[in-house]
Amino acid sequence: MPQNDTIQDLGLDEYQYHFITEDEPVFRSGRGLNEKVVREISAQKDEPEWMLEFRLKALEIYNAKPMPTWGGDLSNLENVLDEIYFYVRPQEKMERSWDDVPPNIKETFERLGIPEAEQKVLAGVGAQYESEMVYHSLKKEWDEKGVIFDSIEDGLKNHPELFREHFGTVIPSADNKFSAMNSAVWSGGSFVYIPKGVELDTPLQAYFRVNQEQMGQFERTLIIADEGSKAHYIEGCTAPVYSTESFHSGVIEIVVKPGAHFRYTTIQNWSNNMYNLVTQRALVHENATMEWLDGNLGSKLTMKYPSCYLMGEGAHGSILSIAYSGDGQHQDTGGKVIHAAPNTTSQIVSKSISKGTGRSTYRGLCQVHEGAINSKSNVECDALLINDTSRTDTYPYIEIEEKKSNIGHEATVSKVGDEQLFYLMSRGMDEAEAMALIVRGFIEPIAKLLPLEYAVELNRLIELEMEGSVG
Amino acid sequence: MSDTPILSIRDVHAKVADEDTEILHGVDLELGKGEIHAIMGPNGSGKSTLAKILAGHPGYEVTAGSITYKGEDILEAEPDERSKAGIFLAFQYPVEIPGVSIANFLRTALQSREEEGGELDLFDFQDELLARMELLGMDASFAERPVNDGFSGGEKKRNEILQMAMLRPELALMDETDSGLDIDALQVVADGVNKLHQENPDMTVLIITHYQRLLNYLKPHFVHVMVKGKLVRSGGPEVAEELEARGYEEFKTVEA
Repeated sequence: MPQNDTIQDLGLDEYQYHFITEDEPVFRSGRGLNEKVVREISAQKDEPEWMLEFRLKALEIYNAKPMPTWGGDLSNLENVLDEIYFYVRPQEKMERSWDDVPPNIKETFERLGIPEAEQKVLAGVGAQYESEMVYHSLKKEWDEKGVIFDSIEDGLKNHPELFREHFGTVIPSADNKFSAMNSAVWSGGSFVYIPKGVELDTPLQAYFRVNQEQMGQFERTLIIADEGSKAHYIEGCTAPVYSTESFHSGVIEIVVKPGAHFRYTTIQNWSNNMYNLVTQRALVHENATMEWLDGNLGSKLTMKYPSCYLMGEGAHGSILSIAYSGDGQHQDTGGKVIHAAPNTTSQIVSKSISKGTGRSTYRGLCQVHEGAINSKSNVECDALLINDTSRTDTYPYIEIEEKKSNIGHEATVSKVGDEQLFYLMSRGMDEAEAMALIVRGFIEPIAKLLPLEYAVELNRLIELEMEGSVG
Repeated sequence: MSDTPILSIRDVHAKVADEDTEILHGVDLELGKGEIHAIMGPNGSGKSTLAKILAGHPGYEVTAGSITYKGEDILEAEPDERSKAGIFLAFQYPVEIPGVSIANFLRTALQSREEEGGELDLFDFQDELLARMELLGMDASFAERPVNDGFSGGEKKRNEILQMAMLRPELALMDETDSGLDIDALQVVADGVNKLHQENPDMTVLIITHYQRLLNYLKPHFVHVMVKGKLVRSGGPEVAEELEARGYEEFKTVEA
């Protein structure tokens, strides 16, 4: 179609945030990962001794663990890791006021489409730029309610006891090779505490991005939702395109105490040269609810399986995810639910879209421990293939040790059909519009749970992606 | 009724795109502005194929002959271009689009009709949608349901008529709109088409049907009979009555 040739000539279907702002990091570690780098990071952050020891121990574990051989293709990762900087710090100190944020960083945010007017509405945005929080203002209301929403570094400095009580307890360093790596070199991320009984209507939002070429980002987030509290945390990422491969490995730990309700939403749109290996897990106590809402659009390879460990009776866990894999991308995602107490319930709903040579893998685990009677779990994964070259795989692992439980699993694979396309085109839509509408309908059950501005952005991204799918 | 035909089909031969067997063996037909035509024929006669090639279905190929719409050759036009030019096909088997509401679907379809850079006014759209649904006697909540997903046969066909009402075609092709409908549903659908035709008497309608019963409600000016890929008889409404009385057998034997 000539129309689509034009679109390709203009390059509109290419990565839309392909720009780099120039800035001078204040401090940058040497390339690669070793004890010297770890000590430098800890010294730069002026950390207590126990944290340095924690990091060094984690480094040992990292070095001892082999590279995973399951999931996506990590064969070139060792080379990548030798070349990257494990720590970059762009600015001396935390910024509290928007006026103090340097102009080039503001420009980056503006080009990402965060209008300044929205700042007031979104008061309390914690924006992570490279490895540090540069802009972080907390809504007055939250201060009054005793909510803590800090950078992880400030969490450690200002709330040492609360921090130490929970840090590394949900995801131990030894959990996997990349949680060990993160534990050794973590930098940036959020520390959140919601006091007992406090309910927040406005989501806590962190917007962050990686900007320094060949810089690994190792954000670490620790969230504690105290008894009976209710809150929603949103994290959205986007990164510029670079020619060399890049790496991101985060660790997100969440403790949901009895009766609390916590939702964590992520939309990641890393550039297509990024390895994105994230460990995120929640401990869900008695009658508490944890919801993961996970959108994976970018990266070269993502391996991410948000988990709910249902530790207390009546706990509920929910994992809803959308994955989009374009040419050359592999999204290996899913979720894990561990039923470790009676009357616990969970659901996993996973929707993936594969376009061109993209590949989406659903990998999930549902485990019911002995004694977790009357547990219920339902897993549903739906895959949509756009082209004949697209690929999808499903690996549902189910381990049940308790007979008195009820586990359901459903999987569907569909391909955008010629009849569907013809139907929409016969109403006047061109092929790309028709494709985008079908994809939007496919992810609608999950997209409708997103806050409006994220749903709009998601729709826009899908439209851009579908423009390149035709021709 | 009109001097220049809105649609002119000349000696059209057609086949399924990746097969060799010809389905239409030279069809000639002219439709004038505002006329209602019916093509009747037994199963497998090629009448649905004709509807599909007029809308530009990629699964069929016209191997010979010409189709001109408002004086222009449309054989190379994509389905969306034909739609924008005013051709509408009411599907025999409307397709499900899960997760997309009828309102959203229609908004996208109307947005695609806007000039480059033009934005559909959402308030106007909403008013128009409600007015059209009222005209057709539909409940406003119908527009919030996902397109054809879990619809009964009657609901699917009513959805086709609603789309037709919103897109305001100049040439409406009704492909076996009556199939799978009970009498009540059939009447609702026929009433809808009649209302749209009364509202815009310039709209040309081509009804494709196996049965005469739809024509009790939708009165055609002209009736054609298709057998084995050819139109074997054309005339006024009396042809339908003849068919009703004697069936297709006679035409099958008449055919060369």
